[in-house]
Amino acid sequence: MVQAIVFLPLLGAILAGLIALAGAHARNPSGDEVEHHDDHGHGDAHAAAAYDSHGHDDHAHDDHGHGPVEPAAAGSRGAELITTAFLFVSAALSWMTLVDVGFNGHDARIQLLPWIFSGELEVWWTLRVDTLTAVMLVVVTTVSSLVHLYSIGYMDEDPNRPRFFGYLSLFTFAMLMLVTADNLVQMFFGWEGVGLASYLLIGFWYQKPSANAAAIKAFVVNRVGDFGFALGIFSIFYLTSSTDFETIFHAAPGLTGKTIDFLGWHADALTLTCLLLFMGAMGKSAQFLLHTWLPDAMEGPTPVSALIHAATMVTAGVFMVARLSPLFELAPNAQAVVMFFGATTAFFAATIGLVQNDIKRIVAYSTCSQLGYMFVAMGAGAYSVGMFHLFTHAFFKALLFLGSGSVIYAMHHEQDIRNMGGLWKKIPYTFAVMTVGTLALTGFPLFAGYFSKDAIIEAAYASHNPFSTYAYLMTIVAAGLTSFYSWRLVFKTFFGEPHDQEHYEAAHESPIWMLIPIGVLAVGSVLAGFPFKELFTGPHGVEEFFRESVKMNPHILEDMEHMPHLLGWLPFVMMVGGFLVSYTFYIRKPYLPVELANTQPMLYKFLLNKWYFDELYDLIFVRPAKWIGYQLWKKGDGFIIDGLGPDGISARVLDITRNVVKIQTGYLYHYAFAMLIGAAGLITWFMFGFGGQ
Amino acid sequence: MTTWPILSVTTFLPLVGALIVYLSRGDDEAAKSNSRWIALWTTLITFAVSVLLVMRFDPSNPDFQFVEKANWLATGITYHMGVDGISLPLVILTTAIMPFCIIASWKAITNRVREYMMAFLILETLMIGTFSALDLVLFYLFFEGGLIPMFLIIGVWGGPRRVYASFKFFLYTLLGSVLMLLAIMALYWNGGTTDIPTLMHTAVPRSLQTWAWLAFFASFAVKMPMWPVHTWLPDAHVEAPTAGSVVLAAILLKMGGYGFLRFSLPMFPLASHDFAPLVFTMSAIAIIYTSLVALMQEDMKKLIAYSSVAHMGFVTMGIFAGTMQGVAGGVFQMISHGIVSGALFLCVGVVYDRMHTREIAAYGGLVNRMPLYALTFMVFTMANVGLPGTSGFVGEFMTLLGTFKVSVPTAFFATFGVILSACYALWLYRKVVFGALVKPSLASMKDLTLRECVTLFPLIALTILFGVYPKPVLDMSAASVQQLVNNYNTAVTAVKAAALLQ
Repeated sequence: MVQAIVFLPLLGAILAGLIALAGAHARNPSGDEVEHHDDHGHGDAHAAAAYDSHGHDDHAHDDHGHGPVEPAAAGSRGAELITTAFLFVSAALSWMTLVDVGFNGHDARIQLLPWIFSGELEVWWTLRVDTLTAVMLVVVTTVSSLVHLYSIGYMDEDPNRPRFFGYLSLFTFAMLMLVTADNLVQMFFGWEGVGLASYLLIGFWYQKPSANAAAIKAFVVNRVGDFGFALGIFSIFYLTSSTDFETIFHAAPGLTGKTIDFLGWHADALTLTCLLLFMGAMGKSAQFLLHTWLPDAMEGPTPVSALIHAATMVTAGVFMVARLSPLFELAPNAQAVVMFFGATTAFFAATIGLVQNDIKRIVAYSTCSQLGYMFVAMGAGAYSVGMFHLFTHAFFKALLFLGSGSVIYAMHHEQDIRNMGGLWKKIPYTFAVMTVGTLALTGFPLFAGYFSKDAIIEAAYASHNPFSTYAYLMTIVAAGLTSFYSWRLVFKTFFGEPHDQEHYEAAHESPIWMLIPIGVLAVGSVLAGFPFKELFTGPHGVEEFFRESVKMNPHILEDMEHMPHLLGWLPFVMMVGGFLVSYTFYIRKPYLPVELANTQPMLYKFLLNKWYFDELYDLIFVRPAKWIGYQLWKKGDGFIIDGLGPDGISARVLDITRNVVKIQTGYLYHYAFAMLIGAAGLITWFMFGFGGQ
Repeated sequence: MTTWPILSVTTFLPLVGALIVYLSRGDDEAAKSNSRWIALWTTLITFAVSVLLVMRFDPSNPDFQFVEKANWLATGITYHMGVDGISLPLVILTTAIMPFCIIASWKAITNRVREYMMAFLILETLMIGTFSALDLVLFYLFFEGGLIPMFLIIGVWGGPRRVYASFKFFLYTLLGSVLMLLAIMALYWNGGTTDIPTLMHTAVPRSLQTWAWLAFFASFAVKMPMWPVHTWLPDAHVEAPTAGSVVLAAILLKMGGYGFLRFSLPMFPLASHDFAPLVFTMSAIAIIYTSLVALMQEDMKKLIAYSSVAHMGFVTMGIFAGTMQGVAGGVFQMISHGIVSGALFLCVGVVYDRMHTREIAAYGGLVNRMPLYALTFMVFTMANVGLPGTSGFVGEFMTLLGTFKVSVPTAFFATFGVILSACYALWLYRKVVFGALVKPSLASMKDLTLRECVTLFPLIALTILFGVYPKPVLDMSAASVQQLVNNYNTAVTAVKAAALLQ
């Protein structure tokens, strides 16, 4: 059954890929040479068409429908239906697995194929399912199947649909390999595999330069995180001679106190290893310092943002820390770092979200911030609580993205909320589900986010982490900010006066393909909360549900229950406060935010430009790397190595030859003189050299 | 046991093919076509014979197999051939890559086809010979002999600066090999034989080890090429015809790594241990330095050439780590790089044949016209980046894993290559393949032909197969690598123990 869950998406991806390839090949004939003899008009027509589509791309807020207008490849509908059907089967099986594993306790471990075997290194392709994995299986396949369905409607004008569905299914496969991994190397396979799929999907509209740039940025920034992940794997192998989770976890308690020497620095082995692995998590989950790729990733089609950059891939880092909880529990210093970065990200991303104007970017920064919350829970040792938020967040954030997609679709690919307004009359269904999503995100009582987010704030308060107070304050403040920017998004989009009359008039509700998935997710945004509360946050529920799959901090869940009652209301107060400020700003007194921005230009610019991180990184990493590369090439290779090496030698040989030529003056007495000196030298050497013996 | 000298047959079959090409005189189209077909069949038959080698090879036996021995020159110098788990993968790589080279030259080469095919066939004999020779003099002949056809291939069928490039190539490699010749003589005087298996079990005095190691190192480091003697490679690649680049990257570079494994580590373990920090430093510098340089290239082939240097850095690092994973990873990385870099040069050749330029700026948006090409190039780009699931990952991962045990700083700095390779490879892909197709010159580009698919698709299959299931290669070399690592570590520990006693 597990094999089917994992490999059906791969099969779908391959089939869709073949359809895409066959279609693309049919349109583009093979040939050895460029047809120069062909009439030039033909070539020019092509070029002109290309120019046209290029010009079309320059509408920066244009979300989809690029490329020369061409008919969809044959079999597009086939590719859509195959991949979507496979995903729904996979999702159904996943829910069955969750019941089987979570409630009946049937963990599974299926060895498929030997992978890398060398000496004591033995890496298998293995599918491992315990409760932690089962939760992720459900999240991934459910959201993915709904996104597949949604994309049938959303991408209906795109000629490259088979390719799109192939990529989506490929992503799902890689993500499933990640969550079912039984060793670090397979996890790394899934980790990089989702990175590849993310790269391909962000750059799906490959004619758009900004999409290409964003795709590369996402891959490279993730690679910076993977740099840490890889070193973490090496260090674990160095310490335990294995990469299998079971072996590592058994060996972990014996590793406390060991050190790794690095250039004279004796680092505590476990802390260092956990930090290196966490670096990988920071990259994938877009945490503070490695977050810059996530907002740019919104260049991809909106369903991609919902699936990859909200619900599943970006939570891989959280999953990884939960999976490695037996290691992190032994490295309190590493936990402190995790909590610090989580809390910082939760606050930092929320501040940027306050002022953004692109509907998708607001939601993206919100994702970044919510991921920070999850890491706060991880740092507190409340892994199941973090997983709870991951679970609920997947539903309401996917909903918000797909709802935004529906707005964008209705507005003919307009993404700037300043150009929207008053849409609730035009698209009431979308408005309703977006409101549900917003209520869930801001933590309105009885909606899903309420249970999970408050639990995280309580965990931050109750933990004994050195950063617990900091994290508590940051998450409380971020709760208020979240409420503000979420309602700002709703108010500016759905209320007030329409800003773009033409688009407003043409706005229409999306096709049924898209409305069903967002409806399902809206239901999920309500139901994912209370029914699961005990399983994820109750001391007994967690013990029976998760069992051995995560190693919780032994006291955290009980300590959370002893939180002062009044403080427990603080998140709610912040949420209401955020709503009221937002209501005042955007409904009652719409001139206020403008005035505020004018009186605080520095702060406004600072936030609008995302704390200037892109500029900073460009200055300290990108430019120096290019400069150094250029210098090494021209000066290092060209001047020094070649100059002293081959070119230099050949030049010296030429010099010597030239000088030798000069010596050959042709005058007899010059030769005679040289001979005389030589003879004198020889005689002297004989006299003193041999004479001395 | 075999009744016929299967290894010699594999080695000299291409030479016979070259002879047949030589005998079929004529300069018209028919003669050209003849020599192409003869060359192709020769390489295919050679490959088929080499497959027999694999089938009869016993991977559990760490010693040399298919051994052939005959008297040859003076005492102690014999015709001695044989392969073990380290050389056999390289022999197969050679025989497997050669047919692709011939097919890739099918239409690209139109003048002096006969001579061209002869050069390639002779080169194949010399390369197989290098990997299977078990006598130092024989090895030296094959090793240096390979220079000549390659020198001709670059110098005759190369690009505009071919003379400069071929001389640079020749100068560098010759300088290294002269030193190696001296070391070979020194070994002969020391052990009274040039038989490699015997020498591997002959203790070499410590002082001689140092000098001999350095002399061999000079030759292999140039071949590899290691930083800072790598500058011949980009020039040679740029000027060489496509198939020349493929052979150069896929096979000739592996001779350096093979040399380290066959000579430096087993014969001079103490010197290898002493110099390991030097090799580590040079490898780490190579990885970071050449990756940064690759980032700034304007020529497709140069970029791939620099990335080759970086990837070879992983090989040298892994080999001198002296751990099981390091050495086995080094062997695997050589095979993987042979496939991937060879394929990348073939990819460049595909567009070069159409547009006659390798300048990155001349391309852009090829995906609009060449979807098959875009897919192919993507697979190899990802393998070059070391994405798990492709063969590139396994080699990189194992070498880094093996090195981390021995030297944390080396592994740390070398891992930067993981980030930088993504930068340059994806940048190249974006500039060439992605984007809108706006250049009028590219508007009527056509997709891969059947012939090009035949050369590229098998390599895609191999790249992914070895990425998911690298066991065939790893198993083939495991026993020999294990023995090599054990002997190396025994020698090193013995000396350390002796030093402690004093």
